[in-house]
Amino acid sequence: MSLKGFHIVFITFSTLLAFGIGIWCLWVNSLGPSIPSYTVGAGISFAAAVALIIYGCWFWRKMKRLRLL
Amino acid sequence: MEIPYTVTARPDTGLWNAKVGIWLFLASEVMLFGGLFSAYIFLRLDAEPGYWPHGLLNVPVGTFNTAVLIFSSVTVVLAWASLKMRRYSRYRVYMAITILCGVIFLVVKLGYEWPQKYDHFGAYLKTSSLEKYERYLGNKHLLAEGLPPRVEITGHLHNEAALDDPKIKEYEVGLDVVYTDPTDPKMDRPHFFFVPPTEHVATIEKADVERATMFLPTHNNYFATYFTITGLHGLHVLGGVIVFTYLFFFGGITYRQNPEHLANRVEVAGLFWHFVDLVWIFVFPLFYLL
Repeated sequence: MSLKGFHIVFITFSTLLAFGIGIWCLWVNSLGPSIPSYTVGAGISFAAAVALIIYGCWFWRKMKRLRLL
Repeated sequence: MEIPYTVTARPDTGLWNAKVGIWLFLASEVMLFGGLFSAYIFLRLDAEPGYWPHGLLNVPVGTFNTAVLIFSSVTVVLAWASLKMRRYSRYRVYMAITILCGVIFLVVKLGYEWPQKYDHFGAYLKTSSLEKYERYLGNKHLLAEGLPPRVEITGHLHNEAALDDPKIKEYEVGLDVVYTDPTDPKMDRPHFFFVPPTEHVATIEKADVERATMFLPTHNNYFATYFTITGLHGLHVLGGVIVFTYLFFFGGITYRQNPEHLANRVEVAGLFWHFVDLVWIFVFPLFYLL
């Protein structure tokens, strides 16, 4: 596997982790009275996950355009 | 004699030498870290209720370090792509950012997170003494909530001499916030941000303690695996930073002789870096969140 392929695998796992952190924040928040820092943490994590998806698509297209993929 | 296939791929395999080498090396690394992760999982599954700590690590700091590593993976790929497009000055910029990210990760880990642990104290109480310290442990409340009991009191040790001096018969501990009001439902879950030990000092008699140390690898299985895995991972990050620093300062010589050769070297180093970052993607949730 090339660096480009491994990078896409890595970004996929990073995206899953970002979603996971967001879900963790919501889960911990649900265990007791709501605490704003968990909600903010979940929001940032989900936003990061979306940003990683957008980056992954951009990277894929760019590598194809540059004929590096 | 010139060594073949250092730059161009071997026709029958489509691979050049270093790429075969790095993937064989990474395969051995998978086994190394896989063994350590397996040890972690089995130790955790077999831990008695209350003996596997939760919420001791600083989640925002760990998240920051995770973001730094993800960003460095992006910059190392961009450094490699810049070389492919024969933009050497841009390659150096991306490589410098990658090195900086690796250094930031190590500084946060070794200069902040680890020392914070060395400075923290924990005393596992004897089962027969748990009732005596109920006001700090809140086990009746936890039992009612269906949560695992607390068997350890942690915080800042005020009389550190007590660790070595048998004449001192008790530990004076500035309690972590969870022990100051253990029946508060907010204490039933891990803290998102780091909360420093309070000024509330508890006196714990040594006769009631099963074992007590600072948060070192010897403290419990959790910290043994934490320091082993994050330490080994940190060594890998350090190795990556050293290789990138070499490529940053001396890559120009190779670039002038054959730009593709340098691109191949950066690709191999980048594959190693991605593996190291991928390991962290598994380390972070295991130790910080779950």
